[in-house]
Amino acid sequence: MLKIKEYVRAESLEQAYQLNQKKTNRIIGGMLWMKMSDARIQTAIDLSALGLDQIEENEVEYRIGCMVTLRQLELHEGLNEWSHGIVRESVKPIVGVQFRNLATVGGSIFGRFGFSDVLTCFLALDTYVELYKGGVIPLEEFAEMEKDNDILVRLIVKKKPGLHAYLSHRNVKTDFPVLAVAVSADDRGARAVVGARPSKAICVPLKEEWKKAIEEGRCTELEAEQMAKELAEQIPTGSNMRASAEYRSHLAGVLLKRAILALLEERGRQNAD
Amino acid sequence: MQISVMLNGKKVTEDIKPDLLLIDFVRNHGCYSVKRGCETSNCGLCTVFLDEKPVLSCSVLAARADGHAVQTLEGLQEEAAEFGAFIADQGAEQCGFCNPGMIMNAIALFRENPAPTDDEIREYLAGNLCRCSGYEGQLRGIRAFIEYKKQGGAVCR
Repeated sequence: MLKIKEYVRAESLEQAYQLNQKKTNRIIGGMLWMKMSDARIQTAIDLSALGLDQIEENEVEYRIGCMVTLRQLELHEGLNEWSHGIVRESVKPIVGVQFRNLATVGGSIFGRFGFSDVLTCFLALDTYVELYKGGVIPLEEFAEMEKDNDILVRLIVKKKPGLHAYLSHRNVKTDFPVLAVAVSADDRGARAVVGARPSKAICVPLKEEWKKAIEEGRCTELEAEQMAKELAEQIPTGSNMRASAEYRSHLAGVLLKRAILALLEERGRQNAD
Repeated sequence: MQISVMLNGKKVTEDIKPDLLLIDFVRNHGCYSVKRGCETSNCGLCTVFLDEKPVLSCSVLAARADGHAVQTLEGLQEEAAEFGAFIADQGAEQCGFCNPGMIMNAIALFRENPAPTDDEIREYLAGNLCRCSGYEGQLRGIRAFIEYKKQGGAVCR
């Protein structure tokens, strides 16, 4: 059972950062995963009074405060219109509305959890994290870093035009995903991200000729299947209580193919507009 | 530490332990409709409104509610009774343990979307588990309530 000796609603990021340097202190986000642990926390540091619960938008990017809830992501019209709904798609199956009203983006991303739909989705987009001391770094780099005592202040998502698709498979609705897949194509190239392998999500680039074929809409279902097969072979998978490694690898091929076909559909819609 | 919470419209000020959960805080104040179920943030039995939004009170520190408004089923009597009658009419519940959480979240749904489709109902209530029923009775009750509201509250149940 989680034990907390003191609770501080931080008045500044500096105060939160200083408190967070002590090993026994902990920043609390939505607290949903932490609550399941037997951690003994000296001081719980709450960032909820720092105005970091907003999604700001300008011409070039979305700035998503670390205390923004998954439900806010789900309901944000601009973000979902721009991302072709993949942000909503990625959070919608996570437990229920009540859960998503508590779980925060910061908690999901900072934890770099293997099961994270949120990490999988944002890795497919051109996303950066702003750390209080560490500055702005690509999310992909952050995902590989060891956990430290810095503070994840916000996510920054560049509003680049592109194609995006997100799919997950669950044994039971609202459960953790057995596998989560996001595929995107923009001016950085095309990439497939596979999460819940069950390890942390990884990115695999698509060959330039594949990207071109998708963007030009000259990719058959058979070719999509071949691309998916080759991509799936590059994704290491493991076994846990939800599925075996073999099943996950098979599923990766199926979901990647569907995601590539979804990109083609999206391209068709964009051209029709 | 001391917190002040507007609990069902009344200001409550109290000294609490920092790790007291909101579910224990509201139950300590007589709000027994709020049930402890799974304790893994999955079942929705402990649903309360925190600043009008449905949340799992088993997963929020009471300290976080300091300066905010909390509502439980006890604070929504009329609204809950009106809707609850439709659930009862369909025999939708057996043991009834999930019912307060389900009603709270259904009310949140109606406030957000007064005319939801079946898919929207299923999606919104996905975080409310019932181990007696197959959710069909609840769905019938919700449909009947929506129809009743559409007709201005004049349809015979």
